[in-house]
Amino acid sequence: MAAPGAAATDLEVVRGKRAALFFAAVVIVLGLPLWWKTTETYRAPLPYSQISGLNSLQLRLMVPVTVVFTQESVPLDDQEKLPFTVVHEREIPLKYKLKIKCRFQKAYRRALDHEEEALSLGSIQEAETMFAEPSEQAEGSLTVYVISEHSSLLPQDMMSYIGPKRMAVVRGIMHREAFNIIGRRVIQVAQAMSLTEDVLAAALADHLPEDKWSSDKRRPLKSSLGYEITFSLLNPDPKSHDVHWDIEGAVRRYVQPFLNALRAVGNFSVDSQILYYAVLGVNPRFDPASSSYYLAAHSLPHVINPVESRLGEFLTMRVFLPGRGRTLKAQPGVGGSSAASLYPVLNFLLYVPELAHSPLYIQDKDGAPVATNAFHSPRWGGIMVYNVDPKAYNGSELPVRVKVDMVRVMEVFLAQLRLLFGIAQPQLPPKCLFSGPKSEGIMSWELDRLLWARSVENLATATTTLTSLAQLLGKISNIVIKDDVASEVYRAVAAVQKAAEELASGHLASAFVASQEAVTSSERAFFDPSLLHLLYFPDDQKFAIYIPLFLPMAVPILLSLFKIFLETRKSWKKPEKID
Amino acid sequence: MADTCFLGQGFSTLVGLLLLPFGSLAASQIEDQAEQFFRSGHTNNWAVLVCTSRFWFNYRHVANTLSVYRSVKRLGIPDSHIVLMLADDMACNPRNPKPATVFSHKNMELNVYGDDVEVDYRSYEVTVENFLRVLTGRIPSSTPRSKRLLSDDRSNILIYMTGHGGNGFLKFQDSEEITNIELADAFEQMWQKRRYNELLFIIDTCQGASMYERFYSPNIMALASSQVGEDSLSHQPDPAIGVHLMDRYTFYVLEFLEEINPASQTNMNDLFQVCPKSLCVSTPGHRTDLFQRDPKNVLITDFFGSVRKVEITTETISLQPDSGIMESRQPNRKMTKGNAVWKRRLMSSDHSSIFLKGKWKLKQ
Repeated sequence: MAAPGAAATDLEVVRGKRAALFFAAVVIVLGLPLWWKTTETYRAPLPYSQISGLNSLQLRLMVPVTVVFTQESVPLDDQEKLPFTVVHEREIPLKYKLKIKCRFQKAYRRALDHEEEALSLGSIQEAETMFAEPSEQAEGSLTVYVISEHSSLLPQDMMSYIGPKRMAVVRGIMHREAFNIIGRRVIQVAQAMSLTEDVLAAALADHLPEDKWSSDKRRPLKSSLGYEITFSLLNPDPKSHDVHWDIEGAVRRYVQPFLNALRAVGNFSVDSQILYYAVLGVNPRFDPASSSYYLAAHSLPHVINPVESRLGEFLTMRVFLPGRGRTLKAQPGVGGSSAASLYPVLNFLLYVPELAHSPLYIQDKDGAPVATNAFHSPRWGGIMVYNVDPKAYNGSELPVRVKVDMVRVMEVFLAQLRLLFGIAQPQLPPKCLFSGPKSEGIMSWELDRLLWARSVENLATATTTLTSLAQLLGKISNIVIKDDVASEVYRAVAAVQKAAEELASGHLASAFVASQEAVTSSERAFFDPSLLHLLYFPDDQKFAIYIPLFLPMAVPILLSLFKIFLETRKSWKKPEKID
Repeated sequence: MADTCFLGQGFSTLVGLLLLPFGSLAASQIEDQAEQFFRSGHTNNWAVLVCTSRFWFNYRHVANTLSVYRSVKRLGIPDSHIVLMLADDMACNPRNPKPATVFSHKNMELNVYGDDVEVDYRSYEVTVENFLRVLTGRIPSSTPRSKRLLSDDRSNILIYMTGHGGNGFLKFQDSEEITNIELADAFEQMWQKRRYNELLFIIDTCQGASMYERFYSPNIMALASSQVGEDSLSHQPDPAIGVHLMDRYTFYVLEFLEEINPASQTNMNDLFQVCPKSLCVSTPGHRTDLFQRDPKNVLITDFFGSVRKVEITTETISLQPDSGIMESRQPNRKMTKGNAVWKRRLMSSDHSSIFLKGKWKLKQ
């Protein structure tokens, strides 16, 4: 009677053991990996090795130079050797992790007939007009013409000439080492027109560590896809001055050609506005010697801030009550609001001082009045003070009609725009004749310098962004990377590599476009809203969540496993005891 | 004999006169360099001011934030560079006996609400997620410009937070919290993308020092109103309004800031001394080990004000139809001699350029 009962309980016990083992197996084999997989943060695969490879990228900037020799410029036996190519490469010594090499590829050739004709004309301007007919040279390339030593194209003591449209002229020499000497002169001229160390240092100013304390003068605008330019006329005293400015005409005649020349650099949009009763934040001082008012140099930084808050006012049409109880009206001019745009804004202000403070001059730090009566702030814009001609007050009653001389104003504003973009005077080689920019205000090779600087800056920014993203993902473990973010990263890496290739082969325009794409993709990947790191839970909170779920389930399983293990060990030991 | 002596004297004075501007030029250059070494290197200023508490009895937190807002605006930071987050509206609260005002002082002396307050994030928009999005820049593209922190690597940012807090966390809106680790990670993300040049973090909550314990990114200076284990106390109640108007620490900071004007040279060491234990009851703390410069060289206006770098414009470009040819005799920008058509206007009485001009002539 006891035996079948015992057999039944044995079977029960065995079944029980098997059930417990099965439970444990399911938990450990299926459950644990499933829980691990479903609670990890999703990270689409990223090209980490390629990103770290970008840091050791070697940038080679190639400048294709065509050197054209006229008949009398070099000895005859040297002329027989034409055409051939010489490469001059040197490393730019910057303390930056990317090595940058500058490579001038000079293609020497003989002059064609029409070029000989042009270069034998009387003056350099006529020669230039002859050369103006053929199509524009590609961005980044230069042409240097070598004329004979005694040619009268250039004044006698001048050795070289740099023109506004990627063209230069250099004197030849009748010497054994003609090619070497001329080659050096050509390099000097080409460097002045293209890449020098300071152009690249200014472009990389934000990335080079030691330049943090250096002069703020080298702070051009950061590279961006577009810029918004706003011209504002500030009239604090409409009762005395009825100011009119033909801003539309001025923009069309002077600013638009300049921006058209710069259109490779980005999109530009131009607005204008007129603000009444907008005062500067600083009270001008009276100078009895010249019976005029002045703003000292050290008070200039305080001028901008109170004005800046009013520059965007016409966007919201608020009625604002300044301290003296007058209402400030805003009148929108040409163009729309800038509230929606995320492009950097450049503000150019023209201030017509009040009658009580006229004439108003700006003094530099030595106390002398500034000729332009204007100052600018890097990465912000410029302010110019326009004094009303005292003759306009004679006999007429207030308000006096003032018509602003837009040529004078635009000369200053365009110069400030050039400085803000970092287009500075190049370092010219000695005894070089230099022609100023034509009506656009910018020379073609200045645009090239800007494009080079911007391309290098874009590549540096894109590389830094990608590297930062990789480092961040390593440091903060709970950031999710979705698939579209990963594809942006891949696109950015590919664009950086393409830009480097294009720079090495001398195609500046496509290199710039590729570098812009690299920056856009990398910024889009880094600033994607989905990359916000998930909430952080400290460890004790994590335990507090898991324990009520897992502990009740784990305790019976673990206890039964333990019991099974003990029993199995006992059953192993038992046969030993019995002989 | 006397003649030669005289000549000798004349000669030495001439040499002395010639060398004097040179010496002053060199001295001013050295002075310039020294000045620049201690300067911050920032070109713009931003401020993120956050009040995290709602409900009428937390009036003082809104007053705290608005008083810092007022100081920061007065010292020059424009609204476009301030992100103001207020979790509740006290000025237009139905329980406010003086509507459209928020006072910071008893006897209603100072209305910090002012005439033009621009609140960027209000009421339920003040959440931990939005705050972190503002800091890290991971904002959806539809957000307007005023709600973004568009700082760059040359921005000095002031971050002020107030509300109820505890050891390692700050409570937002009575429903969620931000931990000090999340805040430290957010600052690290800002640093990786170089969204700040230097950061000043001020917090006025209970156990505020715990919030800056975990920072690990460089160039951060932090101040808190109380240490771990201490409570930050409020200043005084106003019987007319019926609530406490301000917290002690921010009250004394506001008093300190009212004395600062945009040109003042007060430095951070003075800010560290504000509100000693005798006045504040809690012990304010600060952390400067992550900051590169010495606090005594850091001006208050580096963070609270907005002083820009300006340069005088000395060049113009010619817009006449025919601009002639210009010669260059020396590869130095200042020395290029212009003719009338190029229209380069040099400063008339710039001593340094006159002197160098003379030197140039000698070389030729």
